[in-house]
Amino acid sequence: MELGDILLSVAIMLGKSVLMLVALLIFIAYALLADRKIWAAVQLRRGPNVVGPWGLFQSFADLLKFVFKEPVIPAPANKAMFLLAPLVMCTLALAAWAVIPLNAGWAIADINVGILYIFAISSLGVYGVIMGGWASNSKYPFLGALRSAAQMVSYEVSIGFIIVTVLMCAGTLNLTKIVEAQNSSLGILGWYWLPLFPMFVVFFISALAETNRPPFDLPEAESELVAGYMVEYSSTPYLLFMLGEYVAMMTMCALGTIMFLGGWLSPIPFAPFTWVPGVIWFILKASFLFFLFAMAKAMVPRYRYDQLMRLGWKVFLPLSLAMVIIVAAALMVTGRAPGMV
Amino acid sequence: MRLDQAAKSLLLKEFVSGFILAMRYFFKPKATINYPFELSHRGSRFRGEHALRRYPNGEERCIACKLCEAICPAQAITIEAGPRRNDGTRRTTRYDIDMVKCIYCGLCQEACPVDAIVEGPSLEFSVETREELYYDKAKLLANGDRWEREIAKNIAKNAPYR
Repeated sequence: MELGDILLSVAIMLGKSVLMLVALLIFIAYALLADRKIWAAVQLRRGPNVVGPWGLFQSFADLLKFVFKEPVIPAPANKAMFLLAPLVMCTLALAAWAVIPLNAGWAIADINVGILYIFAISSLGVYGVIMGGWASNSKYPFLGALRSAAQMVSYEVSIGFIIVTVLMCAGTLNLTKIVEAQNSSLGILGWYWLPLFPMFVVFFISALAETNRPPFDLPEAESELVAGYMVEYSSTPYLLFMLGEYVAMMTMCALGTIMFLGGWLSPIPFAPFTWVPGVIWFILKASFLFFLFAMAKAMVPRYRYDQLMRLGWKVFLPLSLAMVIIVAAALMVTGRAPGMV
Repeated sequence: MRLDQAAKSLLLKEFVSGFILAMRYFFKPKATINYPFELSHRGSRFRGEHALRRYPNGEERCIACKLCEAICPAQAITIEAGPRRNDGTRRTTRYDIDMVKCIYCGLCQEACPVDAIVEGPSLEFSVETREELYYDKAKLLANGDRWEREIAKNIAKNAPYR
């Protein structure tokens, strides 16, 4: 290949990545606002409504505020690690979006082990939390980091088994092909959320725990740990932590959309609905999942730590393990397992 | 018993009913007001920021009787009277209220025989330094001019009960 060709393909790749990044960050800015607005509405409050019409620029005002604040680095902290932790968290969370297909063929990198890549990257996110909590060299961040590590590891197990059930049905690790495997004449009824319904619920709850969202936000439970691993952080590092958290949340919404809600497929496979671009269906479905995330925050009280562990190890793990066996048996008996034709 | 409990928790019955309840609240009218742009109702006896009033012809009402200074439980008021004038009345040369000391009890306005010192309906007078809260006569008179319409209405409303 000529040098020019290589440079061109690198430039195209860079352009795609930057476009994805900007679109994602703008979407997250509004998801953050929506999160606060939904939370407020359930509590009969108004939520942020002063910056711009209906508070539409609130997230950007927050961004400016965070960036221009003074970053305080505590004296006993390990400076390099302290500053590296939020970067790790944010970068890893953003990296997961390289393989997510927003539409047929829209993934930046359409790799064959996409789902494993996302699983690996989102698991690495916990290192950011542990590094932040440890490097702060302070009590509450340390406890928060310990909690977060234990929590993320426990729920990754059940998420792993959920992914296995989906993989058995789809017969591929490629995210684009997982969506295409759900394409049938049944439309919304053919997506995996219906045949794998208990798994969809377990996935949703595990996703809440995995991203440290309420009701499982024990690593940053303000009534016990002030702000958990983020206690010592301020200014831009804090912003990066928050951003990483919300990006991870959107990743989970996108993953749920791809695995259970048919990705970019139209819910009704007839003419007027199939004309709508797939990316709009994708965003609508991901937003619906995010709405459920926000509602869960608004209506469910925080779990106690032992309850959290009980749910993860004694309820979800056996349940998802049983589902793996049941789904595998059902696929074998009906002869619909991929590769059995 | 165990079985239907398991079914309930597996189907997330509580969470579904909680979700429906939350959605009902979601669309209810808001309990909070849009504060900086809209204010909640304030009664006619609301005791807010102080004001010194004038007669319609521009004459100061205050006759330097010092009843307010005497009754003030926080001793927040300081008055100095000027010499007697040709019409036989006196006016103040100094009328200071320390808004930091003031407890907003309203006794000064109860004591005033000529309705000169009143506590008006204004409540948004936060400032950034303590010195700005040491109100002098000019500031109080300016307040009176600014809030005269509301103050007069409130006094008229309360007149039958005094």
